[in-house]
Amino acid sequence: MKRVFVNEEWCLGCHLCEYNCAFANSGMTDMVKALKGKKIYPKIHVNGDDKINFAVSCRHCEDPLCVKACIAGALNIKDGRVCIDKTRCVGCYSCIMVCPYGSLSVSENGTASKCELCLENACGEPACVKGCPNRAIVYEER
Amino acid sequence: MALLFYPEFEVIRNENRCIACRVCERQCANEVHSHDSESGLMLSDETKCVNCQRCVSLCPTRALKIVKSDCTFRENANWQNDTIKEVYKQANSGGVLLSSMGNPKPFPVYWDKILINASQVTNPSIDPLREPMETKVFIGKKPSQIERDKDGKLQFNLSPQLELSMPVMFSAMSYGSISYNAHKSLATAARELGILYNTGEGGLHEDFYIYGENTVVQVASGRFGVHEDYLKAGAAVEIKMGQGAKPGIGGHLPGTKIVGDVSRTRMIPEGSDAISPAPHHDIYSIEDLRQLVYSLKEATEYKKPIIVKVAAVHNIAAIASGIARSGADIIAIDGFRGGTGAAPTRIRDNVGIPVELALAAVDKRLRDEGIRNNVSLVVGGSIRSASDVVKAVALGADACYIATAALLALGCHLCRACQTGKCNWGIATQKPELVKRLNPEIGKEHLVNLMNAWRHEIKELMGGMGINSIEALRGNRLMLRGIGLTDKELEILGISHAGE
Repeated sequence: MKRVFVNEEWCLGCHLCEYNCAFANSGMTDMVKALKGKKIYPKIHVNGDDKINFAVSCRHCEDPLCVKACIAGALNIKDGRVCIDKTRCVGCYSCIMVCPYGSLSVSENGTASKCELCLENACGEPACVKGCPNRAIVYEER
Repeated sequence: MALLFYPEFEVIRNENRCIACRVCERQCANEVHSHDSESGLMLSDETKCVNCQRCVSLCPTRALKIVKSDCTFRENANWQNDTIKEVYKQANSGGVLLSSMGNPKPFPVYWDKILINASQVTNPSIDPLREPMETKVFIGKKPSQIERDKDGKLQFNLSPQLELSMPVMFSAMSYGSISYNAHKSLATAARELGILYNTGEGGLHEDFYIYGENTVVQVASGRFGVHEDYLKAGAAVEIKMGQGAKPGIGGHLPGTKIVGDVSRTRMIPEGSDAISPAPHHDIYSIEDLRQLVYSLKEATEYKKPIIVKVAAVHNIAAIASGIARSGADIIAIDGFRGGTGAAPTRIRDNVGIPVELALAAVDKRLRDEGIRNNVSLVVGGSIRSASDVVKAVALGADACYIATAALLALGCHLCRACQTGKCNWGIATQKPELVKRLNPEIGKEHLVNLMNAWRHEIKELMGGMGINSIEALRGNRLMLRGIGLTDKELEILGISHAGE
């Protein structure tokens, strides 16, 4: 299965992926309308300092701890992808606690939130990869 | 007395579109943009802006544009704005003005005053998509006569030749003036394209010895990074006598750029200024040049062609005639529009001549003297497109050197601020956080794309003329006509006027 990988050697720490992610998952067609004046809740997060940066998003583990930890059955595996049914999430954040990569986060309405490789939104391919100016984020089989 | 710095550009931010993502702020090494947490708005300090367009190209909502400031001094055709600002700058600093990249002044561009022929009715044009078309060239000294042994069999005692899949090479840019990733992009692209790139005068990074077959190693007046293995690593050795952007003067790479690998590659201490003398102190005549040519041939066991690179200056034809007799295999002529990482502004803008005229004059002189086959001619100094290449070949060039066009493919926006070392595109800088902005995988792809596009265009243009081999176009000045040129210019270019 194709996954999102990060080459930290080329990550500039520009944070464009975060904004592209938030826009892709907003369901809107205009980025300004979607993001202007709002706090964003991206599913990818750039970590690092002045020297090294890298973007972290869900690794879509083969044996995901988050799915095991979910007390409400909100997290599930769909064709190898770890997906979230937000209508079931009770906001216990057990998934956030157990994820060894720090890939999950809290969404605007308090539920857990995670990368679904943009296959559940209109983008159809990971928006972070598409918008990365230096090919630091790639979507490929490894 | 307040002599203020007048901003050249204005940063126009469309507040209706700006989402304050701060990408512009993070991407500007000149620190033009900042975020005001109180108002949540982005601010800008345009006095620091060099108009490199990095922020514009990365702004996800296209909220930015950089425009030339229309704040002007009182109009004066003699004392123009730039002239006045330069006086202020020098009155403040007491220093020589520095500039980067090629001469931007409105001198005539002869390429744009030359038109190319095409076949109609009496000779067929060729469709390069249907018929074979050869763009390969060999450069180096050509035999002047056919030799046979006593049995009448042909003898093949050829001087060393460089094989290029198309008549273009990436011209000299030193490691130090440009980044590791820029060099890697050029080296890997040259290999994939079957052409050559040039190390410039900064030595060859140890990682790039594997691209040796596609490398021209340069020996300049500073002799930085020159040793036996270096000379043997390349496919050819180039003696740099001069550079089109700054004929008659040397180079000065500031100590701030001599860090880590650059220092090791140049074989000079970290932090020391890399100063290339104006002349080679062992070359004061053609005879001296001949000694260096043969020293380098000796060091490389006569296996590699020697290129002598000179700037296009007033007596270029006589100079080239001397070089052609010095034992050199290839003469590279760099026109006054050639780029540079830093040059004194007055020199860059006022010294040298256009490469079009230099090429025509040199080719004619060498033919007249019967020594054209002694050398191949490579020309550079603002070859901007496939049609410039075709015109150069028709004027007599064996190949072209391109550098500015290659840098544009790597992301350069010609902001002409290389000398600051803060290139936002990761090209003319040694700061690791900026260098990594140029992913050499992308850089290589863009260079390969550009050259493949030019190759297609060269074939189309040749096909139109009914020529199916670039060798048949070389020196074929009948394929060219001048437009809007004086009799003298036409005479020097050796072409007729359009309509003749």
